[in-house]
Amino acid sequence: MTEPCPAGARPRVVTGRVLRTRSGGISLRLQGRALAVSALLAAVVTVVMGVTLTTGDFELSLGEVLDALVGSGSGAADFIVNTLRMPRLVTALCVGAALAVSGAILQSLTGNSLGSPDIIGFTNGSATGALLVIVVLHGSMTQIALGALVGGLATAAVVYLLMLGGGLQGFRLVVIGIGVSALLLAVNSYLITRASWQEALEAQAWLLGSLGNRLWDHANAIGLAVAVLLPLALLLARRLSMVEMGETTAMALGVNVGRTRAALLVVSVALAAFATAVTGPIWFVALAAPQLARRLAGTSGPALLSSALMGAALLSLSDLVVQRVFAPALLPVGTATGTIGGLYLIWLLVTESRKSRA
Amino acid sequence: MTGTTQTTGTSGTDAGRRGGPRLRAEDLTLSYDQRTVAEGLGVDIPDHSFTVIIGPNACGKSTLLKALARMLKPRSGKVYLDGAAIASYRSREVARRLGLLPQSSTAPGGITVGDLVARGRYPHQRLLKQWSAEDETAVTEAMRQTGVLELADRPVDDLSGGQRQRVWLSMVLAQQTSILLLDEPTTYLDIAHQVEVLDLCAKLHARKGHTVVAVLHDLNQACRYATHLIVMKPGGTVAAEGDPSTVMTAELVQDVFGLPCRIIDDPETGTPLMIPAAPQRHEPAGTPARAGASPATAMAAETS
Repeated sequence: MTEPCPAGARPRVVTGRVLRTRSGGISLRLQGRALAVSALLAAVVTVVMGVTLTTGDFELSLGEVLDALVGSGSGAADFIVNTLRMPRLVTALCVGAALAVSGAILQSLTGNSLGSPDIIGFTNGSATGALLVIVVLHGSMTQIALGALVGGLATAAVVYLLMLGGGLQGFRLVVIGIGVSALLLAVNSYLITRASWQEALEAQAWLLGSLGNRLWDHANAIGLAVAVLLPLALLLARRLSMVEMGETTAMALGVNVGRTRAALLVVSVALAAFATAVTGPIWFVALAAPQLARRLAGTSGPALLSSALMGAALLSLSDLVVQRVFAPALLPVGTATGTIGGLYLIWLLVTESRKSRA
Repeated sequence: MTGTTQTTGTSGTDAGRRGGPRLRAEDLTLSYDQRTVAEGLGVDIPDHSFTVIIGPNACGKSTLLKALARMLKPRSGKVYLDGAAIASYRSREVARRLGLLPQSSTAPGGITVGDLVARGRYPHQRLLKQWSAEDETAVTEAMRQTGVLELADRPVDDLSGGQRQRVWLSMVLAQQTSILLLDEPTTYLDIAHQVEVLDLCAKLHARKGHTVVAVLHDLNQACRYATHLIVMKPGGTVAAEGDPSTVMTAELVQDVFGLPCRIIDDPETGTPLMIPAAPQRHEPAGTPARAGASPATAMAAETS
């Protein structure tokens, strides 16, 4: 799955296009196909944004939406765009990107496509934190989010402690994570049985993972997390692709493997915890988006930027479908992400296995 | 157990001993978790030598190589690279001076040969200096040396074992270090590819004056290619070291490997050739053993 060398002055031994300044001070290698995929996904995101903001119970023209966004819209349009639709859309985009990048990093670190925050317990840990706040402390929405954040980070810390001494090997992380995840699921079920009828309802609503009624508070929180953590992840991406070759090889090539792994793990866990704190558990995006992005981009390393865009596109599109197609039924967005992402992954796996048999 | 090494008398020397070899280890204690592999181990790697480390399974050869490459932190003792403790270097700086070919590495799925070899340039690259003209030259040159240049745009997954090993070797060469450490570079290769890889290492050693250190299993290959042989025995001590023709004796093989053998001259190269003693004859169960068919006479008949 490689990009053929562009017909340059002379054939290159490496793939991609090389850009160099005349002095040679700056030189970049760009993968054409990965860039094209990113551009395509960005276009999809833009279209989804346009459709989300213009359609619904109250239809608006694109002009009205743009006017509202720059602050010169009519009162009704301003309220619909800036108070109702925009926060929810921004939350969807950022949560999708955060989950996808978190999954991409974990899958790369573990060398296992099951290494995603929802499989290895971080999401269930966030749920435990949130349930404790709902059932035991009877907290507010903000406190629930904080509880989820703390729960996710604490779970990661526990998994990390369990792995001490054995090194951060990929398979161990997945196996220990699955064990911790199962344990936390039992704790969560127990917490719900202890809850009053009212609390159980609130807990169940949170556990479904939804983008409904998300305000600027939510959007700002996850937006800030993504703005800080995503660039950090992109900076570490080159090292991540080196670490994929095995600990010894990466070390021999001058990568400080221990520090790189720890830093990336923190970034990944934090992204997943913030995302889950804002929306509740949304399954499948972290698992599927990186796989889809990597296959489409055809890169030999983790395609973090494409993954982020893929996650944003997947979640915002799912939310659009949930809002428009199934209205007025209140379908949680998690159901839609599972369906859309799952169908696409099945299709991909079927075509891949057919290809490999041929 | 004390190592019979020649580094005695260097006690108290510190970093910065000029005139010594570029790479040496002093009084190493090597261990994995609780299991100690070697104690009081010291070696000098002569500059510009083709040093081969041999020894029975689990005697700590690969562990020593890992310590020399800073992959394994010794429990005590130090490895010196260019006069300074190797632990004091930044990871990247070590990778610019010393290359290591590990026993196994994972090629990322779908990567092309050229892209994989290009990863050897990592220690020379920066965030905004991802592919300089020097990178291009080094990678092309490395691939030419190992004969994989024409495979540049093939996926690594499609290659045979021998080709793949040459690709990994090119990656280490692209690092452009003048010290190369190779951990069992011939494992999993058939005999023709083993010879091919070793010939290649010998060529790099001879033409470029690189210092090559390899862990090998085959004693006869070791004797053929090594200019300096380090024989390790169980417990992580050096049993003998030096020129293969003086080091390699039947007594040493008996002592280190517990294998009775003879050493003759390799008819091709004149280097020592180790022939294991003839195996015991086994008669079908029930028949009495014939007289005169002892292993010694059988061996004499075979080699006379």
